[in-house]
Amino acid sequence: MELKKVGISGTLESSDVMITLEPGSGGIEIDLTSSVEKQFGDAIRKEITSTLKSMGVTNAHVTAVDKGALDCVIRARVKTAACRAAEVEYAWGGGGQ
Amino acid sequence: MKQQLRRTMLYVPGNNPGMIKDAGIYGADCIMFDLEDSVSLNEKDAARFLVYEALTSLDLGDKEHLVRINSLESGLGLADLEAIVRTGKAVIRLPKTETPQDVLECEAEIARIEEAAGLQVGSTNMMAAVESAAGVLNAREIALSSPRLIGIAIGAEDYVTDLKTTRSEDGIELLFARSAILLAARAAGIDAIDTVYSDVNNEEGLRKEVQLIRQLGFDGKSIINPRQIGIIHEIYTPTKKDIDHALAVLDAIQQAERKGSGVISLNGKMVDRPIVLRAQRVISLAKASGVLKEGVYAQD
Repeated sequence: MELKKVGISGTLESSDVMITLEPGSGGIEIDLTSSVEKQFGDAIRKEITSTLKSMGVTNAHVTAVDKGALDCVIRARVKTAACRAAEVEYAWGGGGQ
Repeated sequence: MKQQLRRTMLYVPGNNPGMIKDAGIYGADCIMFDLEDSVSLNEKDAARFLVYEALTSLDLGDKEHLVRINSLESGLGLADLEAIVRTGKAVIRLPKTETPQDVLECEAEIARIEEAAGLQVGSTNMMAAVESAAGVLNAREIALSSPRLIGIAIGAEDYVTDLKTTRSEDGIELLFARSAILLAARAAGIDAIDTVYSDVNNEEGLRKEVQLIRQLGFDGKSIINPRQIGIIHEIYTPTKKDIDHALAVLDAIQQAERKGSGVISLNGKMVDRPIVLRAQRVISLAKASGVLKEGVYAQD
């Protein structure tokens, strides 16, 4: 999946994460702000990276502002932002690529 | 088989992670994630992903979960089905059902997705919400249209607008629709679920409405605020007298079975099937309400 423009999803409300995806060229770069960064920063970065890879996104600049989101929320917001940035409808039956 | 109670069906906006995360803690019998009216048009994609991820990874316990999808007619419903059916974990609640054909069209898509996803065809249940005059007039055919249906619900706000009236405190304008839905549900052997009571600060009004729908025979009610759960469950809790009678009925059956007797009587009155069914329902409600534990009335 190729990102064509900036894609944003999520909010700054508690339990959510705001994900901004921009097309990139040097792999996946993540700029993370989180109140729980010390404990969960690595896990959040890992979740973002693996979700993007599962969608076939290999180059992206990610800005994530986390407000205590669960893993399932992180995955949902990353997938939404990726589809918006790539301007595609998610293929539920076909791995999403 | 465990009887599924549906006294309270809590609506949870599908694009709100905080509310989704906490939905299970309030004690509602069922949780209903909403992809329809509570989600703005430009967030439909986000809500769909969020509800899908929540259903597939949160610990849902044995609580029944439903997802209210957008109608197929809206152009959004098919993508909702593609996502939610694949989880294999939610009942599909169909909004604005007007004809049996609406149910059948949705069912055909569900069956196609089940097959494509390797799920057992027929494993996804459905619930139809009727929200218009045409839907109420077709309630019987709708309720009987598919074996996947576990219930039929009335959505009053759209319905009263369709009737060119508004909701009143005593709900007289809903009497025909409620009765029609209830009879349709019973004829089909499925549950009847009442509409939301939207004035969350009016506890007395809620109490009166729940007493009314319980007396009519409804299994429960859709709700929009966890604060309403306690009142509804309280009203659906059987009295000690009802429970004692139900226990005596079930005891009489067991005794008759032990003796090999075909005719069952209690205090000189014959116990027939309707009485047994009512007794079983009373016991099931009493256990769910916590007033009956291991066959003993817990509030003595």
